[in-house]
Amino acid sequence: MSAAEPLITARDLVKRFGDFTAVAGIDVDVHAGEAFGFLGPNGAGKSSTMRMIGCVSAPSGGTLRILGMDPVRDGSAIRARLGVCPQQDSLDPELTVRENLTVYARYFGISRKVARQRADELIEFVQLTERAGDTVEPLSGGMKRRLTIARALVNDPAIVLLDEPTTGLDPQARHLVWERLFQLKQRGVTLVLTTHYMDEAEQLCDRLVVMDGGKIVAEGSPRQLIDRYSTREVVELRFSEATLDSYVGKLESIGERLELLPDRILLYADDGDAAVAAVGNRDLRPSSVLVRRSTLEDVFLHLTGRTLVD
Amino acid sequence: MAHPAYAVFEHQLVSYRRVWRGSVLSSFLLPVLFLLAMGLSVGGYVDRTGGLGVRYLDFIAPGLLASTALQVAASESTWPVYSGFHWHRMYHSMRATPVRVADMVRGHIAYVLLRVALSALGFLIVMALFGTLHSWWAPLALPVSLLVGLATAAPIFAFSALVKTEGMFAVLFRFAVVPMTLFAGVFFPVDSLPLAARALAYVSPLWHGVELTRAATLGTASAWGAWAHVGYLVAWCVAGYLLATYRFGRRLAE
Ligand SMILES: Nc1ncnc2c1ncn2[C@@H]1O[C@H](COP(=O)(O)OP(=O)(O)OP(=O)(O)O)[C@@H](O)[C@H]1O
Ligand SMILES: [Mg+2]
Repeated sequence: MSAAEPLITARDLVKRFGDFTAVAGIDVDVHAGEAFGFLGPNGAGKSSTMRMIGCVSAPSGGTLRILGMDPVRDGSAIRARLGVCPQQDSLDPELTVRENLTVYARYFGISRKVARQRADELIEFVQLTERAGDTVEPLSGGMKRRLTIARALVNDPAIVLLDEPTTGLDPQARHLVWERLFQLKQRGVTLVLTTHYMDEAEQLCDRLVVMDGGKIVAEGSPRQLIDRYSTREVVELRFSEATLDSYVGKLESIGERLELLPDRILLYADDGDAAVAAVGNRDLRPSSVLVRRSTLEDVFLHLTGRTLVD
Repeated sequence: MAHPAYAVFEHQLVSYRRVWRGSVLSSFLLPVLFLLAMGLSVGGYVDRTGGLGVRYLDFIAPGLLASTALQVAASESTWPVYSGFHWHRMYHSMRATPVRVADMVRGHIAYVLLRVALSALGFLIVMALFGTLHSWWAPLALPVSLLVGLATAAPIFAFSALVKTEGMFAVLFRFAVVPMTLFAGVFFPVDSLPLAARALAYVSPLWHGVELTRAATLGTASAWGAWAHVGYLVAWCVAGYLLATYRFGRRLAE
């Protein structure tokens, strides 16, 4: 494997479950040291893709190479060099925090002594030192998630796969996880993560693909995607009347584009304040006005016509 | 480097460390209760008829030993295995490591056999204290228990990987484990059964285990000759193991 070859290469990758196609032919390259994201709504095919990359589910079509190897033939050898944080926790709730790590380390053929050292380092890394000797069962969701991430690092992996690492966590717990993932990234660990939080993708990903219905609908850095698919600013308008539809016509030709959501109207414009002024000139009286920068959420809305978190 | 199957076994040992005292205690306590209640008290009545040729206590003790091996194997191969797929998801976590499906099956079954061995050993010691071991062959009852344990654990592993609801375990116990315990020669000789029922006893792995155990502790000959029983049990082990590996693979591929 040459230094320039991507760690993960997928071409026309397909996953079918019976007649249903969950991943409908995607092309992906992930390079060493990169933080790569799959962004998409529920059912987009993110986990199905991650499970193929994790060599636990065989592709139904296309080609996939990981670390220069074939996931079907060399699954065990590839998995030895991956760290996986699955969407659904699979910790042993009856064991302690430390035992969960040492037991898992042994699956990678790591000696007991090294396993204990690693466990202590990782427990410290995810700030669970005070709970190291406690059983996992009563830990909070955030603590379990952190432990699952620590477990994914026990074999010093070349690639870490994180399937929705922060879903269900409170903001504080999320920030701690982000901090830790950022540190990993700085150490040169290749991260592949899925999320349906656009702020998470913006914070962590060097490059990402937006998935919808099993397909990749856009690809680039968060900045590139926003530049390409959205305007610089967005005006969010709310009106006290229940029927927002009637305003669509009245707002015509203000800004570049308009999106009608159930509770608000979004006006896409490079100059948000100018757009607000134009709304005022037409004598429309919104109950609230918010000018903000475009985010990946807007990119997603534009590409799929749907909001990301439903 | 330790074999991955050994790491799977070790994981179970770490869990067992929390409960071993209670489990070892009960592996002595249960046989004592069984032998007192069934062997001595029921035996008091049975021995008056004298139809068995041996004391009822001596007759039933090896049967109960074999059925204990079945009970331990069955309970350790049902919910714990199901949990590995559906609740704690232990097998899914292993699946993300170099551990292969065959390693999971082997490592976990090895642990079940350890549990069977500990229970059987406890039972044998109690049997010795009750004076029910009448032959130098008696220690062979231990490997026979392991054989019964594997012959039942392996197919039950396959079953537990196959079923989609835990309610199916009630079915397994009601239609396989309990009837086997009652009719496979543990409490009375199968000769007294109608032919059809006897045929079912012959099919069950337990009857063969009971025959072998009884032959070992009483020093008598078994119904079909020892090697025929061993061969039959080995066939269950092999078929069960192959089926379990296949079922584990299928379940984890989803
Ligand atoms: N084992 C399976 N059998 C049948 N269908 C499946 C299976 N796994 C996933 N699917 C279907 O494939 C589609 C994609 O699922 P997937 O889990 O990959 O989505 P996702 O992007 O991870 O969604 P989420 O954000 O909800 O986790 C869904 O419609 C799902 O129902
Ligand atoms: Mg998912």
